[in-house]
Amino acid sequence: MSERVAVRKTYKLFIGGKFPRSESGRSYLVQSSNVSLASRKDARDAVVAARAAVKGWAGATAYNRGQILYRAAEMLEGRREQFVALGIPGDEVDAAVDRWVWYAGWADKIAQVYGGANPVAGPYFNLSAPEPTGVVAVVAPERPALLGLVSVIAPAIVSGNTVVVAASPTEPLAAVTLAEVLATSDLPGGVVNILTGAITETAPTLASHLDVNAIDLTGVTDATLATDLEVKAAENLKRVLRPAPGDHDWFAGPGLARMTTLLETKTVWHPKGV
Amino acid sequence: MFEYAPAPESRSVVDLKPSYGLFVDGEFVDPADGGSLKSINPASEEVLAEVAEAGSADVERAVRAARKAYDKVWGPMPGRDRAKYLYRIARLIQERSRELAVLESLDNGKPIRESRDVDLPLVAAHFFYYAGWADKLEHAGFGADPKPIGVAAQVIPWNFPLLMLAWKIAPALAAGNTVVLKPAETTPLTALLFAEICQQADLPAGVVNILTGAGDTGRALVEHPGVDKVAFTGSTEVGRAIARSVAGTRKKLTVELGGKAANIVFDDAPVDQAVEGIVNGIFFNQGHVCCAGSRLLVQENVADRVLESLKRRMAQLRVGDPLDKNTDVGAINSAAQLERIRELSDAGSAEGAERWSPPCELPDRGFWFAPTIFTGVTQAHRIAREEIFGPVLSVLTFRTPAEAVEKANNTPYGLSAGIWTDKGSRILWMADRLRAGVIWANTFNKFDPTSPFGGYKESGYGREGGRHGLEGYLNV
Repeated sequence: MSERVAVRKTYKLFIGGKFPRSESGRSYLVQSSNVSLASRKDARDAVVAARAAVKGWAGATAYNRGQILYRAAEMLEGRREQFVALGIPGDEVDAAVDRWVWYAGWADKIAQVYGGANPVAGPYFNLSAPEPTGVVAVVAPERPALLGLVSVIAPAIVSGNTVVVAASPTEPLAAVTLAEVLATSDLPGGVVNILTGAITETAPTLASHLDVNAIDLTGVTDATLATDLEVKAAENLKRVLRPAPGDHDWFAGPGLARMTTLLETKTVWHPKGV
Repeated sequence: MFEYAPAPESRSVVDLKPSYGLFVDGEFVDPADGGSLKSINPASEEVLAEVAEAGSADVERAVRAARKAYDKVWGPMPGRDRAKYLYRIARLIQERSRELAVLESLDNGKPIRESRDVDLPLVAAHFFYYAGWADKLEHAGFGADPKPIGVAAQVIPWNFPLLMLAWKIAPALAAGNTVVLKPAETTPLTALLFAEICQQADLPAGVVNILTGAGDTGRALVEHPGVDKVAFTGSTEVGRAIARSVAGTRKKLTVELGGKAANIVFDDAPVDQAVEGIVNGIFFNQGHVCCAGSRLLVQENVADRVLESLKRRMAQLRVGDPLDKNTDVGAINSAAQLERIRELSDAGSAEGAERWSPPCELPDRGFWFAPTIFTGVTQAHRIAREEIFGPVLSVLTFRTPAEAVEKANNTPYGLSAGIWTDKGSRILWMADRLRAGVIWANTFNKFDPTSPFGGYKESGYGREGGRHGLEGYLNV
């Protein structure tokens, strides 16, 4: 009996709930695998998919979004060993699952914490409630590959945004594997889209894309590139999430800022009377 | 139509100096390297006063004064005491409200009825509201011990000069920041009177600095490396430029920019109330309102009836002397703005929309534009897409609620929207789908210090007013 020959996996992009190769047909060798090298066109396609998913995802009930995110945490937990096999430390996988569960619970609470009734000086009902800003482009931190990724995706989508994520270029396998988790979690296609490849290629396209509402620059370590992306983002006044300077402790409690930066506050007035 | 006798408000309550310096470090000082500007009354074109035009050395001096005040006085001061200064300012504004209202109407051209009954009460209320936050920041939902940001550079527009000053300065000071504020080039005078109020309140020197000037002064201020926070209200074009200029810096930015709000009237809305709302939405403050309801979307089956009522109501509007207590629509703020309104209105006619204004006599001197509506407007017309910032309404029609949403959201802006219908569930359905920061249902152009204001999309980011308004001035 000869030893069984393993079936190897092809690591591809995640766009609109599907796993296409880069339209450019390119790949790059990283973590001993050929990983898709996303093009500018792939980035634009991902934005189209993300935009198409906004209506359904933002329009879903908060309870429903919470259920789906919790389901994703269940799937993530189930694939624990797979992430460990990719070289991710077990405590990071645990923290990533816990982080995802933490955010899942915010789906039906953030509006209560961040919105509220305003006691205006007149006979009016006046209520402020947060809404998702729309399509968010995310440059994920280079590492920790899984915990960092989860910590930037979950706060964006829990409130109803959809995302296009530029994954860590040096450790992209965790991102593609997370995509497989999300694809089996009842998450509608297009809510999360993941591009692997060079940040310098995808991020400028996302930053200057006029159908992107916000950009998270957490994973951009090159100050010149970060400034360039910010300048591009100004064209349609994208909300910009800039990383705090210095090393970030991804294991520490994240607070609300990642969620609230990607929310719009809508205030509705109506007269009271008989 | 009634005959109205003139009912002018006396301007003797305002004691204007011939010229004003900059307010830096608690004193009025001459500019180091700048020239001067004349502020005129847009209703008569008379020169009201000469004000300094701050140059880069003045910006440097003001930012340094603000930094010193932040480090030595205002930052370390307990919130309880900051609150008391803000309460003092609020009271002084109430006490001097007549003077401020008359000066605002003189400098801006808005009717005294508005400056007296809307602007000034809101200005005082804003300071009262944020005064109360100064010693309660740990309960505002931004962490157990939220910190101020530092020195705030604030640039404000000419449409609500003193109110925009209040929206900027009150939350900044309550949160513990110090400020350098630049009022608009054409409306600097109430800000300078506010500087006197700061002196009267014994506000520590350098906590509030006022630099008058034009675009160059504003640019130098927001680009100054000693500034930690930039807050801007004005055009989307300038907002974009500011967003580019702060890129790569650690400055925190909030911007409140243009709008092209849809005011949506359904067939079950009480027509008279809706017409009042349409008039208030677009002719309040001469339409110099970023959240003005400048696109009327009226359901097709009632369009004729609504337009007939609207025209009848517009014929009652009294356009003229801003200081006359019966005036509804005052002067356009500047020759440049009048030119822009004319240019866009001409484009409306040229692109095929039908223009209508009530017969109305306009004064010979000053800058005036009769209330105007355009019918037969399509979504592609410039007057349906670009912010006119004047008393010009574009009328479009729709058949279904879904079409109304589609048309209302078909704009890069997202500041406000109006809904007029008797059906509650439809209001909430619409409100969910309109991409705008403020939704007025069966009302329009209502403001309150407790109520967050600000836009979606290219109308900017950040909120002013309410608990949310603190966020832009705290390190969160």
